[in-house]
Amino acid sequence: MNASFDWGALLGDANVRSVLLGSMLLGAGAGVLGCFTFLRKRALLGDALAHATLPGVCLAFLVTGSKHPFVLLVGATITGWLGVAAVNVITKRSRIKDDAALALTLSVFFGFGIVLLTRIQKTGAAAQAGLDKFLFGQAASLVPADVLLLGGVTVVLLACVVLAFKEFKLLAFDPQFAATIGRPVGALDFLLNTLTVLSVTVGLQAVGVVLMAAMLVTPAAAARYWTDRLPVMLVLAGTIGALAGAIGAVVSMTAPRMPTGPWTVVAATALFAVSLVAAPRRGVVARTLRRWRTRRRVAEENVLKTLYHLGESDGVWDAPRKASDVSGRRRAKTAGVASVLPRLANAGWVERTGEAWRLTRAGLDRARRVVRLHRLWEVYLTERLHLAADHVHDDAEEIEHILTPELEAQLEAALARPRFDPHRQQIPYDAPVPASAAEPTVVP
Amino acid sequence: MSPAFWIILTASVAAAACALVGCFLVLRRMAMLGDAISHAVLPGIAIAFLLSNSRAPLPMLLGASALGLLTAMLTELLHRGGRLQQDASIGVTFTWLFAVGVILISLFAGQVDLDQECVLYGEIAYVPWDTWTTSGGRSLGPRALWILGFALVFNATWILLAWKELKICAFDPELAASLGIPVAAFHYLLMGATSITTVTAFESVGAILVVAMIVGPAATAYLLTDRLGHMLAIAVGLGVASATLGYGLARALDCSIAGAMAVVIGVLFALAFLFSPSHGLVPRAWHQRRLADDVRAGRAGPIVGQSPDAA
Repeated sequence: MNASFDWGALLGDANVRSVLLGSMLLGAGAGVLGCFTFLRKRALLGDALAHATLPGVCLAFLVTGSKHPFVLLVGATITGWLGVAAVNVITKRSRIKDDAALALTLSVFFGFGIVLLTRIQKTGAAAQAGLDKFLFGQAASLVPADVLLLGGVTVVLLACVVLAFKEFKLLAFDPQFAATIGRPVGALDFLLNTLTVLSVTVGLQAVGVVLMAAMLVTPAAAARYWTDRLPVMLVLAGTIGALAGAIGAVVSMTAPRMPTGPWTVVAATALFAVSLVAAPRRGVVARTLRRWRTRRRVAEENVLKTLYHLGESDGVWDAPRKASDVSGRRRAKTAGVASVLPRLANAGWVERTGEAWRLTRAGLDRARRVVRLHRLWEVYLTERLHLAADHVHDDAEEIEHILTPELEAQLEAALARPRFDPHRQQIPYDAPVPASAAEPTVVP
Repeated sequence: MSPAFWIILTASVAAAACALVGCFLVLRRMAMLGDAISHAVLPGIAIAFLLSNSRAPLPMLLGASALGLLTAMLTELLHRGGRLQQDASIGVTFTWLFAVGVILISLFAGQVDLDQECVLYGEIAYVPWDTWTTSGGRSLGPRALWILGFALVFNATWILLAWKELKICAFDPELAASLGIPVAAFHYLLMGATSITTVTAFESVGAILVVAMIVGPAATAYLLTDRLGHMLAIAVGLGVASATLGYGLARALDCSIAGAMAVVIGVLFALAFLFSPSHGLVPRAWHQRRLADDVRAGRAGPIVGQSPDAA
C-alpha cells in the first residue's frame, strides 16, 4: 500500500467516513448474532446461509432490474431464509445428518446463484457489473445512502437482541427448559434465525457471499476465550467484528482493486489467534502455564510428603535425607527429586546440609497437611463410600493436592476427627501429637 | 471428437471421483470437513503456481494435499488444544485459509493464471482446448481428463484395497478401534483422498461446486439404499447423470456449466428426498396413512407383535 497515504484527508471525506462506519456496523451485527449461532452449535449454518443469499441477490436483480441495496437485501433475505429452512427440513425429515444437509444446501444454492449470475452476465446488461462484488465484497462501493440503510438495519438487529436478550439467552443455553416454562421456542427460533439472516445479508456488500460465514463464526469464537458471561461475549464479539470490518474497509479504500472480504476475514482471524493464545484463563498460554504450575506443585508436595514419611518411620523429623533416600521411598527417579529439592530450599520448606536435605518447621507443617489430607480422604472413602481399604490409596494420591482448607474442615467435622486411617497409620493434626501417645498403636 | 463430449466425459470422471470419497464423508458425518478442505486447498494451489510458475499438476497436487492435511490437523488442534467446539474450529480454519488464498491470487494476479471467479466456478468450458500432446504432436485428449482420471483410479484403488476396514470405520469407529484397525490412519487417508480429489476437480468445477459433487450424489444415494456397495455405485451413477444433464441444462440456458450441474444435483436430491421408495417423504407418508386406515378398519395385523404374556 501507498506509504505516503494522506490519512487526515481521507478521514475528512464524508464518503470515506460513511464506508468505515458502515463496515464497522455490519461487522458488529454479524459478530453479535454469531454468538448465538456459535453457542447453539450451529456455527456452520452461517456458511450455508451466506451462500444461499447469492441466488436471491441475482433473482432480485432479474425481477426488478434494479441494483438498489434494499431490493437486493430483500432478495438475499428470502433465499437465505429458504437455505436455513432447507437445512432444517432435510435434517428433520430424512436420515441425512446436519453436516451433509449444510454442505448440500450451500453448494446447490450457490450453484443456482452462479447459474443466474452467468445468465445475467451473458445478457450483457451494463448494470450487472456490480453484482460480482457480492462474491468477495467491495466495501468501498458503498455509497452513503447504502450505508444509512444497511447501518439502520444493523441498529434494528442489535436493538432486537437487547430487547429479547433474556429469551435468546435461554434459547441458546437450554431450549428444553425454555419450552418447559412456556416460552414460545418456535417463534423465538424463527426470530433469531431471521435476525441472523438479516445480519448476513447486510454484510454481503462489504464482505461477500463466500466469506460472510467467517464474520458469524470467528468473532464469536474469539470472544468466547475471554469470558464466561454472555453480555460480555456479545460486546466483545461485536467489537471484534467491527474492528475487522474497519480493517477491511481501509484496505478496500486504499487498494480499490482488492476484494474486501478476504482482508476482513484475515483481520478477524488474527484477532481470533490473539484471543486463542493470550486470553486469561481460557487461552492456550494461560492453560499451559496453569497445568505446568500444578504439575510443579504436585511434585513439590510429593517430595515433602516423602520426607515426612521417612521421619515417620524412624521418628527423627528433622534428620537430613539424601535425594536417593526420597526417590527410593517413592520409587521415583533420583534426578527428578534432586531437581525439586533446591526449589523447596529456596522457598524455605527444606534446608540443605551438605549432600542432604531436612524439613524446616514450615516444611514439616506443609508436609503434615498433605499427609493428613491423604489419610482423611482414605477414611472418608472407606467409611462413607464403603470402599475396600486397599482401593483407596490411588484416589487419595490425587485428591491430597486438590482439597481446599474449607473442604478439609468439613471432612474433619464429618468424620469426627479420626485418629487413624484405614491402614492404621496415625493422622497428623496441626497440634503436635505427643510421641508417646501415638507409639503403641501404630502398626508399621 | 466434439468439445461437448470431452466436457461431459471430464465432468463425469470428476463427479465419479468426488462421489466415491463423498460416500465415506457423508457416512462419517464429515461432509463439512469436505467443504472446508475444498476451500482450504486454494492457498496451496496459489503458492504452487507462484513457486513452479506453471500449471504443472504435480506441484499443484502437492501444495493442495499439504493444505488439505493442514486443514484437517488445524481443525483437530483448535478442537483439542484450543478447546474450541468442532463446528467453529472448522469454520475458523477454512474461511481463513480461503481468504489467504484469494488474497494471494489477487496480489499476484499478473503472475497467476487463475482469477477469483475461476476459483469459484471453474473453467470446464475450456477443458477440451487444453490438451496434452505427445512429442510427435499426437493429441492425447484434455489434460484435465487425465488428471481427474488419475484421481478416480486412486480413489477406486484405495477403496477396493481397504474395503472391509473402511466399512467398519464408516459405520462403527469404536468397533474398528477395538478390532485393532488404525482408525486415525484411515481418517487421514480419507482426508488426503478428499484433498487430492478436490484439487483435481477444482480447476474444472471450482471450490464450491466441488462440494456439490462430493456431498450431493452421496447423500442422494444414502436415501436410496442401505448397502454401502450399492451406495457407492448409485452415487457414481448419479454423479455421471448430473454431469450429463447439467451440461444439457447449461447449453439450454447459456449459463455456467458447473453451476447447472450443481442445480441438477440439487434437483436429483430433492426427488430422492421426496420419492425414495425406502426413505422418501411421500412413500413414508403414504405408508403411514394406509396403516392408519387399516387400523381404523380393524384390518391391521400385529405391528410390533403381541407379547406372549398377553396371549
